[in-house]
Amino acid sequence: MKFPGVRQFSWREVGTEARLLLIGIPVFLWTMIPIYHMFLFAISPKEDAFSGKLWPDHPTLHNFAIVFKQQHYFLRDFYIQFWNSTVIAVSVGALTLFIATAAAFSISRLKVPGGRTVLNLALFTYFIPAAFLAVPMYRTMGNYGLLNNHWSLILAMVTIASPYAIWVLKQASDKLPVELDEAAVMDGATTLQIFRLVYLPLMMPSLVAIGTYAVLLAWNEYLYAFLLLSNDREITLPVALGNFLAADDSPWELLMTTGFIYALPPAAVYYAFRRYMVGGLTAGAVKS
Amino acid sequence: MAITLSGDQAIPGPPLSSRLTPAQVWGIILLAPYLLVFLAFVVYPVCYGLWLARAPSNYVALYNDPIFARAAVNTLIFLVIGINIKMLIALFLSGFFAQQRTWIKWLSVIFILPWAVPSIPTILSVRFMLNPEWGMINHYIFSLTGDDGPNWLNDPTVALTMAIAVHIWKSLPFWTLILITGRLAISHDLFEAAEVDGASWWQKFRYITWPSMQTLYVTCTLLSMIWTLGDFNSVYLLTGGGPADLTHVLATLGIRYLRLDQLSLAMASIVCAMPFVLPLVYFMMKRLSR
Repeated sequence: MKFPGVRQFSWREVGTEARLLLIGIPVFLWTMIPIYHMFLFAISPKEDAFSGKLWPDHPTLHNFAIVFKQQHYFLRDFYIQFWNSTVIAVSVGALTLFIATAAAFSISRLKVPGGRTVLNLALFTYFIPAAFLAVPMYRTMGNYGLLNNHWSLILAMVTIASPYAIWVLKQASDKLPVELDEAAVMDGATTLQIFRLVYLPLMMPSLVAIGTYAVLLAWNEYLYAFLLLSNDREITLPVALGNFLAADDSPWELLMTTGFIYALPPAAVYYAFRRYMVGGLTAGAVKS
Repeated sequence: MAITLSGDQAIPGPPLSSRLTPAQVWGIILLAPYLLVFLAFVVYPVCYGLWLARAPSNYVALYNDPIFARAAVNTLIFLVIGINIKMLIALFLSGFFAQQRTWIKWLSVIFILPWAVPSIPTILSVRFMLNPEWGMINHYIFSLTGDDGPNWLNDPTVALTMAIAVHIWKSLPFWTLILITGRLAISHDLFEAAEVDGASWWQKFRYITWPSMQTLYVTCTLLSMIWTLGDFNSVYLLTGGGPADLTHVLATLGIRYLRLDQLSLAMASIVCAMPFVLPLVYFMMKRLSR
């Protein structure tokens, strides 16, 4: 160690740290401001919310009480809408997992004839922007007589979620060694037994990631939900949030409170499964 | 069995079973659910939509609709300017987040929030911040300068810029995360060697980081462009296409025609976007299905 160098080095380090902070602070503010603004409205009485204060004079949970007791015109179906969102998200997750796991097993492990073509078709669907498919999908659901029925949204979201699910699960199952299947066949296992006893347990991490992906996709969906469902007791929470804007004097503090409640579950799920999400999804999203 | 096969090859009947192994029969059965979904909710809607949009008069009507031209231009601005700015920031931030610091680790956890929370409440939150009378931003402009702030969402240029900003806010974390994985995959030895040779940070970026990341970066940019074509929420929930339908993009325009009960126009506007979408999709499929 040369002593004259020490001081110079630490100055340089301070400079680097300062420059990093110069990036980090704007990044923090940029990320947090819209979310903090939502939170601020949720804990502010109406007068404080509209006064532009950074912290309300009298922070309160009153808005949450109004939402949970459904004490406002816009909130009279809050619980049923929350329930609709939950049922639809869980159904989409389960159905997508079922369809995609079966398809990925079929294409990757059973080498079904034409599997490659199906995978390419799925990939093609994945790349077509969902908003473009929304218009014909709306008409199709009308033809099938499913408009205003939860099944329309469930099936539409399964259609959108499965291509990516199949693709990621197919990549993951390609990595499992062939010898596993061969050994199981030698032991006299049937195809279904291999699927249940060998394949599913080994695929667990990817299945968790894909299930979470599909549930979040369905929970967060606005466009399809607002096209396919319109009845107040059938719609999901995001559509109900959008409907707040119909009035000129919307109760924004209640809108933000409901939005905050609506945003909590997906954020919690995301952070709980972050380990799986990052590994499973970023590897799948872009293969370089 | 020399029986000619008709269209129902997917059903394992007696003529086929002698040629297919049990595993292949199961393969077809397990693939069937997805094929059904695909036929019922992708093939049928797309064919039906194309059939609805078949009349040339639709395209004449679109050509004569100034809102369509405006939406096409807005979409191009959104893609060419918005996405490139977003990806450049993501590339820059991926370098920032690759730094080994505890506080940067924590910041990266917070940084993911916009991606983790649903876009509807946050976009509406931004919408209220931009409210000219009651919004936070104009409130501070007034208390700092004594002047009334601009009527943000009433100016089409500003409103579109804000929609792009909202889009960037929402999807920046995702792309940064992917670029970080790309950056961390670069061998550390290269940087150490460059350090020994006294390379500047720009030289390190130019000769080590960029060459290893450019394919990933271009793929991400193209993918983001395709997906952004379908970004309905950022525009619809912030501006609603207004003022005077001047901030529509193709994704919201299709829905606008649909709401006006002009389904064939809605489909035609989507068909018009296809010459741009399909080459990008083809390129992406080539890249990803190797």
